[in-house]
Order: sequence, then structure tokens, then C-alpha cells
Amino acid sequence: MQKASPASPMGYGMDAEQPYIEDVVRAFVAATVFWAVVAFLAGVYIALQLAFPALNLGLEWTTFGRLRPVHTSAAIFAFGGNALIGTSFYVVQRTCRAALWGGPVPAWFVFWGYQLFIVLAALGYVMGYTQSKEYAEPEWYVDLWLTLVWVVYFMIFIGTLIKREEPHIYVANWFYLAFIITVAMLHIVNNLSLPVSIFGAKSYSAFAGVQDALTQWWYGHNAVGFFLTAGFLAIMYYFIPKAAGRPIYSYRLSIIHFWSLIFLYIWAGPHHLHYTALPDWAQTLGMAFSVMLWMPSWGGMINGIMTLSGAWDKLRTDPGLRFSVTAVGFYGMATFEGPVMSIRQVNALSHYTDWTVGHVHSGALGWNAFVTFGALYYLVPVLWKRAGLYSTRLVAWHFWLGTLGIVLYITAMWVSGIMQGLMWRAYDEYGFLQYSFVETVAAMRPFYMIRALGGILFLGGALLMVYNLWRTAQGHVAGQPAARAATVQPAE
Amino acid sequence: MPTKIEKDEISGQQTTGHEWDGIKELDTPMPKWWLYTFYATILFSAVYFVLFPSVPFVNSYFGGILGYNQREDVARRMEEAAAEQAPFMQRVAAATLEEIRGNPELLTYAQIGGRIAFNNNCAPCHQVGGAGARGYPNLADDDWLWGGRLEDIHKTIQYGIRNSDERSRQSAMPRYGADRILDQKQIGEVAEYVLSLSGRAEDAERAARGAQVFAEQCVACHGERGEGNRELGAPDLTNAIWLYGGDRRSIVETIYNARNGAMPAWEGRLDAATIKMLSVYVHALGGGE
Repeated sequence: MQKASPASPMGYGMDAEQPYIEDVVRAFVAATVFWAVVAFLAGVYIALQLAFPALNLGLEWTTFGRLRPVHTSAAIFAFGGNALIGTSFYVVQRTCRAALWGGPVPAWFVFWGYQLFIVLAALGYVMGYTQSKEYAEPEWYVDLWLTLVWVVYFMIFIGTLIKREEPHIYVANWFYLAFIITVAMLHIVNNLSLPVSIFGAKSYSAFAGVQDALTQWWYGHNAVGFFLTAGFLAIMYYFIPKAAGRPIYSYRLSIIHFWSLIFLYIWAGPHHLHYTALPDWAQTLGMAFSVMLWMPSWGGMINGIMTLSGAWDKLRTDPGLRFSVTAVGFYGMATFEGPVMSIRQVNALSHYTDWTVGHVHSGALGWNAFVTFGALYYLVPVLWKRAGLYSTRLVAWHFWLGTLGIVLYITAMWVSGIMQGLMWRAYDEYGFLQYSFVETVAAMRPFYMIRALGGILFLGGALLMVYNLWRTAQGHVAGQPAARAATVQPAE
Repeated sequence: MPTKIEKDEISGQQTTGHEWDGIKELDTPMPKWWLYTFYATILFSAVYFVLFPSVPFVNSYFGGILGYNQREDVARRMEEAAAEQAPFMQRVAAATLEEIRGNPELLTYAQIGGRIAFNNNCAPCHQVGGAGARGYPNLADDDWLWGGRLEDIHKTIQYGIRNSDERSRQSAMPRYGADRILDQKQIGEVAEYVLSLSGRAEDAERAARGAQVFAEQCVACHGERGEGNRELGAPDLTNAIWLYGGDRRSIVETIYNARNGAMPAWEGRLDAATIKMLSVYVHALGGGE
């Protein structure tokens, strides 16, 4: 039984008769890495489609419209979801000093059930089965399956919390629990629909018109809030203090920012529907709660970055930690940009433009992906019981390729989006529109190419990570003969 | 783990005494700037709630003391924009096409308004600048299917071509092959003859046989020498300008299946003044007569 892993010198194990369940966590880590590559590859491809439309190939299955949800679902649900479930199984066991509730069988059910959900969803998109709700495209049969998987996931998590050996529940687990419960609620309500027939894929939503739009963006925005923010803050709250070897900066801040984040986020969705049929008062509600969300979001950033005080030197020696901390920086930037874009007058310019796309990607690439990379670089040596990573130089290369990719991506989208918004609203001296729609598209093309280049760099960095983690799991160490390196084992 | 409060050497703060898998927490107070900024955003929201529409009731809502209403706002802005354009737009609406062309001020205005209307409505088929594409005529040259005078262009835009509007320009070339009017051999011969009209025939004898077929079947619309007929939208076959391709294969396909391209009627979609401006713009693209 492992009493202390090499990467967690302060860690302590649990009773030998109740070992942690780690096989399934390893499977989730492998799935996270696999789906990361799928998501980034799909993203690069559809980015190239926008710059070079011939890449749609003239086939219905390969058009942008069908591949775009493949990319978003692969990034959010496949890559992000596997990272969240996998790390939550790891973190909840260690911070509760308890093995997963129910043993390995339900955990493996969640693993394979979740992969099946991903494959069913992706096949549906390519074949043209969709409810046309952004980030909730899968049809009713996939939704029902995910609901079942999610309920088992919830039971495992809450069961483990209940049987914990620690007197208190660690902050990361608050965030994981908020993520699991809220996503369940969002998923069920937004997908309420009536199938046309029991043997057909088609269904009709329970909501219509502006109610449907509001329900959808209540779901959509809180998918960002509770899947991509709360869930990944949980990852941050475990892996940054572990890697830095420092206590969390402020317990009080974590309480206040947790509860204010949870309370405020759920109201912010209407800011996606400014200047639509949504009543004015509902737009005001969405905007005001988004503005108030700024500091609660930043509470997580402060706790993440300030936890490093006294351990900043580790950024030089631990490139994995560099990912986590940079991620928190991007998180802070995106959660400032979000409230700004939610202000009605700013939204008048930014809405429907590439600025939104850039904003989402500064969060998705800079925050979600980077904090996950940091966790993966920490987890793989621990889970495969290796002394360290195959190569920290490759991690550094990954870091700089990824960072450069993000910078190219988001600056291209800022310029393109603001230009697009300004071109749409430009009038000439005679009161005619200055630019036609096609002219705005033509003007954006160079930025589409820059964006695709950024995506290629980001994908290239991720491929370095795949190689590095693979060699690490094999027990190899760069610059050492494989046979000798493989004998390096953690101290018992 | 029993609760054990310690003092952290580096920060000087106390821990909370909790520990999970080696992770401890400091009891650092919340940063003042964080807290006050949070309060400021709450205050901002409260003020915004008072100023703008915010609180819903059963059948109505609190409209805010500024009286902002998005629907009224957009309607007012549209009215203002229309009012600013009104002096010129009214002159365009009242003038004939020739009058617009004869008045430099109106012409400039119509060209600018026509350009943006063209690029937002016509360019998807005819391309920016009217360059055209396969199946969509080039509007910048002097080859016209239905006429290139201002009133011809105006009528084409107003009512369109071969659509359900009864005033649209109508004509239909028969599907000579698909409907078994001509056999394969005859179609090959008449295609050879059509190629000869632009000096590209390879088999003079075959072309001569094709000329007979042409005289029986095609001259009614395309004219005795293949010069076309604008009354019927029948293209000139002698000028080497081809809407669907001028190679042998494309010509055979055209004869076999016919093409009969359509264009929507724009009356009802665009206002009368805009259609006039479009006519003037297209007329001035290069080939207006």
C-alpha cells in the first residue's frame, strides 16, 4: 500500500484494508488525454474550414455545422468532463481518506457510461440528429442515458463524502458537489422534451419561443458557470496547493467566494439574450448579476495565485505548476471580460461577433485546458507510481507552444470581433450601411487564418504532452536508458 | 485529524487547523480591495435596477425611472434614420430612372445606396461587382439576356425571372433530350452547329446537319443566326459568352435538359426607391445601354 506518493511529500495514506480506487482514475486520465486530442483536432479543422471553405468537402457529414458541435462537445464534455470526473474521484478519496462509495463497479459504470454518452452524442451530430440547443445538442435518448450515468456519479461522490474519515469537507469537494448537482439540474430541465416516437431520434422541446431561449441560456451560461468554472476551480483547489506545497491562502475567502459564486451565477444567463425578444427587465437581471459576479469569480483567482506566495520559485522547477498558475491568470482575465461583455451597451457591439468566440476560448484554452494540463502532469507520475515525468523540458515546450497558441487565438478574435461589430454598425454620410455582410466576412478572413495557426500550435503542444505522459506511464526518463529508468519506483 | 492551529512561518498567518491529504488552509482575512470592489458592484447593480426596467410583477414590471424601453428605442432610432434619409429617398422615389441618371447629385446617391443593396441582396449569386458565376449572369458586361436599358434592368429586378410572380419574365427552353424531342445523334449535331457559331466546330459536315435541326427547333427563340432574342431571354449563341459553359459537354447538357435559371421578384422585399437605386447601380456597372 502506498503510504506517501513521491509527489506529495506531505500526503499520508489511509488504512491498508481500504485502499483507494485508482484504476478507474487512470482510465479517466487516459480518456482525458485522448479526448483532448480529438477536441483540439476538431477545433483546428473547423477553424481551417472558416478560412478555407473547400474543407467542408461538400459532404453533409463534414460540414462546419455538424463538426462544430463535435468540437464543442469534445472539448467541454469529453475532455473537460473526463478531467472533472477523473480528478473528482481522485481528490474526493484523498481528501476524505475514504475509498469511493460502492467500490469499483459503479465507478467503472460511470467511466464506460460516460464514454458511451460521448460517442452517441458525436455520432448523432455527424449524422444530423440534434435538438439545435447549443451545448445541449444530443437528442432525448442520449440525454436519458447521461442522466442515468450522472445519478450514479452523484451517488458515488456524495456517498464517499458521507463516509469520510476527515471531520471537515475540503473546499475542492464543495466545488465538485456544486458542479455535479447543478449540472444535473440544468441538464434535466433544459432537455425536457417529448420524443415524436419511441423508435425515432426526433423530439420537441417542452418550451417554446422566448421561454425556450431563456431556458437554453440559463442552461448554457451555467454550463460555463458550474461545469467549466466551479468544476475546474475544484481541480485548482487541490492541485495548486499540492504542487506548491503551501496552504490555501484564505479559508474565509474560499467560503465567501464559493457561496457568492453559486448564488449569483445561476441568474446571469439572460445576458446571452440582450436586444432580443427577452423582456427588458430580464436582460437587466442577467446583466446586473453578471457584473456582481466579477469579484466572486476573482476570489478563486486570488486564492489560487496567493497560495503560491512563499513558493514562487517552484514555477522554475515545476512546469506543471506553471500551467496551473497561468490557467488561473487566464481565468481572471476571462472572468473580468465576461462581466464587461454582459453590460448591455458593450454587448451591443460584441454580440454575435468573434469577440464572443475569443472570450470563450481564453476561458476554454487558457483556463480549462491549462489547469487540466497542470493536473495531468501532476497525476500521471503519481497514478503510475513513477518518480517523475519523462521530460520536464517537453513540458516547458508544451507550455510555450500552448501559451503562444492562445495569445494568437484570442488576439486574432479580439481584432476580428471588434472589427466585425464596428463594420456591422457603420453608416456612411448618406445614411446607408457602409459595409455589406460579405465585406465583413472577407475582412475577417486573415484573422481566421491566424486563429487556425494558434489552434495548430495549441494542438502541437498537446501532442507533446501525449508523448511525454505516455513515456512517463511507461516508466521512461528522458536521457536515461529505458531499462534502468523503469526500475525507479516510489519508496514504500 | 484533530484540529491543530499553527502559525505559518512565511505569511505569518494562522492556519485553520484543518488538514486534508496534506493541504492546510490559512485564516487570512479577505483582501479589503476585493471586498470593497464586490460591494461596489452590488451598489452599481442596485442603482441600475432603479434606473432601468428590472423588477417583474404579475402582469407588468417596474420600468425604471429613466423610462428606457428597448422596443420603443429601436423604433425611434429606425424612424430617425429614415427621417434623415427622407429628403433624398423621396426625390429618388419621385424621379424617373432617366432623371436620376441625368442628375449628378441623385446619381451619386443612387449609386451608393445601390451598391450596398446589391452587395447585401444580389451578391450571393451575382458576386460583388456583378462579376457573375456559372448560372448567374455577369452584370458588368454588355451582354444582356433580358435587355440592358435602365427600364429593362428595373423590370427584371422588380419582377424577377421565371418565378411564381405572374409579372415575372417568362420563357422556357424545351428539354430536347429528356423529353425525347431530339435523339442523341441530333443533339450532337446541333451542338456541333452551336460550336460553329463561335468558330469552334471540328466537323463541318456534322455541323451542317446540325444547322438543319437548328433551323427547325431553335431559330424561333435564338434567331436565324443564333443572335438571341431579348424578348424571350434567349441568349446570343455567337458571342462566346456562356452562362452554363461553352464546352461541348456543357452545350449538350444544356440542350438535353435545358437550364431555365430563375431569379426572385424583389418588389415587396425591397422598397421602390431601393429597386430604382439598384437599377441605376447595375446599369452603371459597365454594360448599361
